[in-house]
Amino acid sequence: MSTEIGSILSEMESSACLKTELTLGLPGGGAAPSKPGSKRGFGDMADLKLGVGCDRGDEVSVSTPPPSKEQVVGWPPVRSYRKNMMKSCKYVKVAVDGAPYLRKVDLEMYSSYEQLLAALEEMFTCLAICDVMNERKIMDSANGIEYVPTYEDRDGDWMLVGDVPWNMFVETCKRVRLMKSSEAAIGLSPKTSSNGLSMN
Amino acid sequence: MCMFQSVMNYFPEEVLDHVFDFLTSHRDRNAVSLVCKSWYSVERFSREKVFIGNCYAVNPERLIDRFPRLRSLSLKGKPHFADFNLVPHDWGGRVYPWIEAMAKSRINLEELRLKRMVVSDESLELLAKSFPNFKSLVLVSCEGFTTDGLAAIASNCKFLRELDLQENEVDDRKGHWLSCFPESCTSLVSLNFACLKGEVNVAALERLVARCRNLRSLRLNHTVPLEVLQKILVQAPQLNDLGTGSFTHDPNSETYVKLKNAMKNCHSIRSLSGFLDVNGRCLPAVYPICTSLTALNLSYAPGLFSNELAKLIYHCKKIERLWILDTIGDKGLGVVANTCKELQELRVFPSDLYGVGNAAVTEEGLVAISAGCPKLNSILYFCQQMTNAALITVAKNCPNFIRFRLCTLNPVVPDAATNQPLDEGFGAIVQSCKGLTRLSVSGQLTDQVFLYIGMYAEQLEMLSIAFAGDSDKGMLYVLNGCKKLKKLEIRDSPFGNMALLSDMGKYETMRSLWMSSCQVTLGACKTLAEKMPRLNVEIISENEGGAGEGEARLDDRDRVEKMYLYRTLVGPRTDAPDFVWTL
Repeated sequence: MSTEIGSILSEMESSACLKTELTLGLPGGGAAPSKPGSKRGFGDMADLKLGVGCDRGDEVSVSTPPPSKEQVVGWPPVRSYRKNMMKSCKYVKVAVDGAPYLRKVDLEMYSSYEQLLAALEEMFTCLAICDVMNERKIMDSANGIEYVPTYEDRDGDWMLVGDVPWNMFVETCKRVRLMKSSEAAIGLSPKTSSNGLSMN
Repeated sequence: MCMFQSVMNYFPEEVLDHVFDFLTSHRDRNAVSLVCKSWYSVERFSREKVFIGNCYAVNPERLIDRFPRLRSLSLKGKPHFADFNLVPHDWGGRVYPWIEAMAKSRINLEELRLKRMVVSDESLELLAKSFPNFKSLVLVSCEGFTTDGLAAIASNCKFLRELDLQENEVDDRKGHWLSCFPESCTSLVSLNFACLKGEVNVAALERLVARCRNLRSLRLNHTVPLEVLQKILVQAPQLNDLGTGSFTHDPNSETYVKLKNAMKNCHSIRSLSGFLDVNGRCLPAVYPICTSLTALNLSYAPGLFSNELAKLIYHCKKIERLWILDTIGDKGLGVVANTCKELQELRVFPSDLYGVGNAAVTEEGLVAISAGCPKLNSILYFCQQMTNAALITVAKNCPNFIRFRLCTLNPVVPDAATNQPLDEGFGAIVQSCKGLTRLSVSGQLTDQVFLYIGMYAEQLEMLSIAFAGDSDKGMLYVLNGCKKLKKLEIRDSPFGNMALLSDMGKYETMRSLWMSSCQVTLGACKTLAEKMPRLNVEIISENEGGAGEGEARLDDRDRVEKMYLYRTLVGPRTDAPDFVWTL
């Protein structure tokens, strides 16, 4: 491997976990210079943050999904086929220990962990998210069982939800399991084969 | 009569016919048919392949009348901006009338290639039953059919060689269409069903692959798991073009080892795509193939990290065509630039369509590619930002562009370094790339960029404009300057009546003009339609409430939301829906 490419590759490996959050607003924060006769003053869209990655953790309500990111019809110009292909792979199964059946959520619908957990709360109505000593914990209020949110990543490892930036989580999460705290206390076993943690 | 012509006329028609056999390009044949009546006549009886760029420019009767020996037909339907949801559903472009007419006239159809058309199951059934020698069906960005239609093709086309479905919206009825290929079918050379959403009968698939010894191209859909891929590759090591389905498995498993070995045995694969679901740790299985690859499409592979992509590409030293997501990043493009010295076409698609916040590529990646890949001639680049300096450098490095499409994610973003419009950058591109035939511009742009385009883009045939320009002058520069312009599509730009009406004859030299959210008024469109009877000027309403309503409500001074005009030999179309008003 040539040293140049080698160093680029190793640099990329070490920075693979760093994702810069980008805000695509118009530079200077102001509107584009108004064009005489332009029908849709693009200044109207100055507030349109196309592709915002900012944390919307303060919006916990799930009944209103995040505002449509595609406020300009047909931009960026990507075929609907491609859009649908990119979209469909973000549905993940959610299992709750002890529940009779699993659910599916579309991770792309949410832009933060808070939103996702709130959605899960709605889905599994016996649960409630409590703040126990600054840690996100999910409780079954009926019988006081605590759950720890975990997920299986692309490598097949079971991870604790919340460690990595939201975007990275969305990309790498394959399925979600709300594990009973008591079980989690034993420690999450590393790289168990999928048979061992069969949810079906 | 010139001497040459009189000499040529001494040759019997059979000789002319034989000479014309060597002319394969439809442009050459079109040119030849204009020379004189006798050449027109010989040419029309000898032409077997016809390309129709706008299905409403002619009609089936005229086609069959002129080319009775037709065997292969290519048709395009909806305007390009239909890809981006700017054309209402049901606008048109149905293929049924064409198939019906050819069936009635007993045309010996062998190949049908359709793009952006509406294809019903009835059409496919009629196609399958009417043409005993039918060999090749290629559908690109079409819609309107289900897997039942595919079943009809599979069951009835005894000599089918090619079934190629690219990016179509297919209603998957999960009806085992693949099992409909009879056991006697051994003629398949190319099968692409990557765009189908439903499961296929994998046993039938494996048997089909095993008995079609001439199979060269196979693209699977995401439901076909890695285990099945492995078995298929063992049966078909002769493949040239492979689209994997799902590519995810436990890399420590025996199946994965078997796959690696099967791939090592596939010495002929030159084109690779798919990875519709992929585990990055499985990618090393394809490294042995990478060394001979000339085409690689990873643009539908979700969630691969930049370093994984780079490691894969590092092995692809002979790549000529690369389609990838912007998750590769500028650094990854640097690896491409250092590795892929044969690269001719690059497409970098956006991964962040839903605002999840992924980093995209910038001007740096593009500059690196231009510097490292001397053979680059075609690019589609979605990027977060761009600068004039970068474009000027790219123009200097790559004077050979024939297609240059740049798309900034924010459609009006200015130069990231200077905050100026990107006029100078695109100006450099058109000035340097004398062979440029297709251009898409974006970012903040004034009339100046169109002055450059009109001045320098002499070979330009297709131009796409969005959110650009200041006044009618911009559009006028283009219409006056680009002599070879065939397709012009404009959205959300301040061009109006003066530009539209300045040179009405120009539109008869072009295939089509699309203008949406611009400044043209109904009155101007009416004037144009009246003066130019050989153009169809269509007004497409937003509200599907009926053109009658629309007609009543719209005043001549009102702006028209969507206008699509095209030259035609056959007048207003008879299948226009309510919301399309042909003036």
